Amino acid sequence: MEVLKIATAGSVDDGKSTLIGRLLYDTKSLTDDKIEAIRNSSEKKGYDYLDFSMATDGLVAEREQGITIDVAHIYFSTARKSYIIADTPGHVEYTRNMVTGASTSQVAIILIDARKGVIEQTYRHFFINNLLRIKDVIVAINKMDLVGYDQSVFEDIKQNFEKLNANSTYIEQNATYIPVSALKGDNVVKSSNEMPWYKGHTVLEHLENLKGTDVQEDGNFRFPVQMVIRPKTDEFHDFRGFAGKIKGGDVKIGDAITVLPSMTTSKVKSIYFYDTPYELAKAGSSVTITLEDEINVTRGDMLVKTNELPKVEKEITATVCWMDSKQLSAGSRYIVQHNTNQVVSKIAEVGNVVETDFSGESESSGSLRLNEIGEVKIKLSKPVFTDAYNDNKSNGAFILIDEQTNTTAGVGFIK
Amino acid sequence: MRRKGERKAKNLRNLSTTIQDTKRPDVTGQKNVLRVNALESEAIYIFREVVAQFEKPVLLFSGGKDSITLVRLAQKAFWPAKIPFPLMHIDTGHNFPETIAFRDKLVQELGVKLIVRNVQDAIDDGKVMEETGKYASRNSLQTTTLLDAIEEFRFDACIGGARRDEEKARAKERIFSVRDDFGQWDEKNQRPELFDMLNGNIEHGQNVRVFPISNWTELDVWSYIQEEQIEIPAIYFAHRRHTFLRDGLIWSAQDDVVFRSEDEKVEERTVRFRTVGDMSCTAAVESTADTIQKVVAEIRDSKISERGARIDDKRSEAAMEKRKQQGYF
Repeated sequence: MEVLKIATAGSVDDGKSTLIGRLLYDTKSLTDDKIEAIRNSSEKKGYDYLDFSMATDGLVAEREQGITIDVAHIYFSTARKSYIIADTPGHVEYTRNMVTGASTSQVAIILIDARKGVIEQTYRHFFINNLLRIKDVIVAINKMDLVGYDQSVFEDIKQNFEKLNANSTYIEQNATYIPVSALKGDNVVKSSNEMPWYKGHTVLEHLENLKGTDVQEDGNFRFPVQMVIRPKTDEFHDFRGFAGKIKGGDVKIGDAITVLPSMTTSKVKSIYFYDTPYELAKAGSSVTITLEDEINVTRGDMLVKTNELPKVEKEITATVCWMDSKQLSAGSRYIVQHNTNQVVSKIAEVGNVVETDFSGESESSGSLRLNEIGEVKIKLSKPVFTDAYNDNKSNGAFILIDEQTNTTAGVGFIK
Repeated sequence: MRRKGERKAKNLRNLSTTIQDTKRPDVTGQKNVLRVNALESEAIYIFREVVAQFEKPVLLFSGGKDSITLVRLAQKAFWPAKIPFPLMHIDTGHNFPETIAFRDKLVQELGVKLIVRNVQDAIDDGKVMEETGKYASRNSLQTTTLLDAIEEFRFDACIGGARRDEEKARAKERIFSVRDDFGQWDEKNQRPELFDMLNGNIEHGQNVRVFPISNWTELDVWSYIQEEQIEIPAIYFAHRRHTFLRDGLIWSAQDDVVFRSEDEKVEERTVRFRTVGDMSCTAAVESTADTIQKVVAEIRDSKISERGARIDDKRSEAAMEKRKQQGYF
């Protein structure tokens, strides 16, 4: 079945969890025992309505404080699609979680409180969706019930958001505006009777119509080799298969292939998915490829089509989102993980901090703090095989790993 | 075009089911094009990363449908080579006998190594205390045995079948989830996971729990079992069983494992199990679904969640979170 991955973002209290709860409830994805559990905890807190946010907040601290700390994954399905929601917290300090949630998503839902309109947080959410190039953005203008379902409120907010959209660096992005009341269920799954002036789709109808293009579908054929499969059994004595997941484009038998970094060439002999051979496979599939010639290929190498070579570089410039409490500064060492390669690297230069509210850049202090975004130059001890993030998302992104703590300290989008 | 090497794999399939295998080539024009299955490819990708990034991985095998699905995915990830790591079963001693028989047969067919470690040994050594009373279960005692086994074999990656849709603490879980020397989960300090990049760098003594089917739902698993014609233990299908009722849940009265007081009357019912954990914490559901098609249809319409019949989660709202912090997977 088709899978569609959604990232949700909103500020504290603009009803994100309620919207998700409503989606689950109206698609009949909440089971009786879960509804019962929500009813119990709602009553315990003295609410006279069902507090759907309890369906999504997982950790004890989150339930106690009524906030979301970490990315939570929520699942529901309709007859047409399976949906995975990455629910991320909306506080300023959690840029790191928003970027994380957006990195695995194909669609974003940005929530706006109809009473408050476009606020700083909205800018930040939209900025991150721009940076990560999320193609479809749903702007859900929530709490319409509290403004009397007034069309002019909706139109004002829409106009303000469109002004913001004019700053966008990603012109192919589609924004869709929907007036909703998550609490009352207007235009989430069912059409609203209160807003006859709105002729568009409900949130779910819109999601159902979107084609869930996967992150990996962009760009040219890239095949980072995860491992070499050599069974050495009597039956498969000479089998040498290169296992990996296709990132970008497609591959077919007979294609002329170049192996990086050795630059040796060969042709695709066979493409297996499990024990079945295929003539052609597309981005997103985990396959095993064999080549016509016996050439040396190991983990970390990349198979590409001979006429579509990526850049082979020992220095990369990237927009980096910093995710660690220890700040990133020039001269420090990190491990760059790009596809199946881990390369020791040195931070050559840290540029200006980019303000996530589209207000531009602020003076460089030569470092990036937690949740800051900026342009960084990195020198590598070994070349990596890259595309610009704008051309091929999965081959244009990398993570930075702290050598001491082993934590994932940041993510980069190659320019 | 099928290979000879497939013979062995075929033995694993339940040949009595006759559903069309939807994984066969999608013939468009002349070409034989592979249809993308995002969840399956993601899981295979994760398995391969584990073998490439770690020295001593192990697959935690409970005999339940999720771990059986993992085994099929591992077969696919490494074909035509064998699965390059052992399976490990933490045996509570209270498993359904059908599950154990199934486990042994599967391991023999795959030709992989099976490690079994028993909760009973930890009880005999006085490391853990058996719970007593009406709700006694060995479920949480598994953690000690698991951590001991990880230390004994120096496993650095333990692959498990947990899914994020199962339970709210699991919804926060990473695909590579780092545990410290004591097996503890630090839920507020997890590594961010971006795109499909998996950071398996750890210190000596730490280990990683890996969840390849994190993004699958219960229905995804059942649909996959149906499509792939994967054989699963008979207790997942409707059968007659001696049972008794407690707190609205149906318990097995057959094997003397579940505590039953005299006023709890034994009756024969037609039931099946939706999850297969320890007998002492897994209740049955009334069902007439005796084929995989009927089970999938039943799950699709179900009004009760999968873990609704797991008493181990009902102990408190944060039951799972607490167990995970202590090293449960």
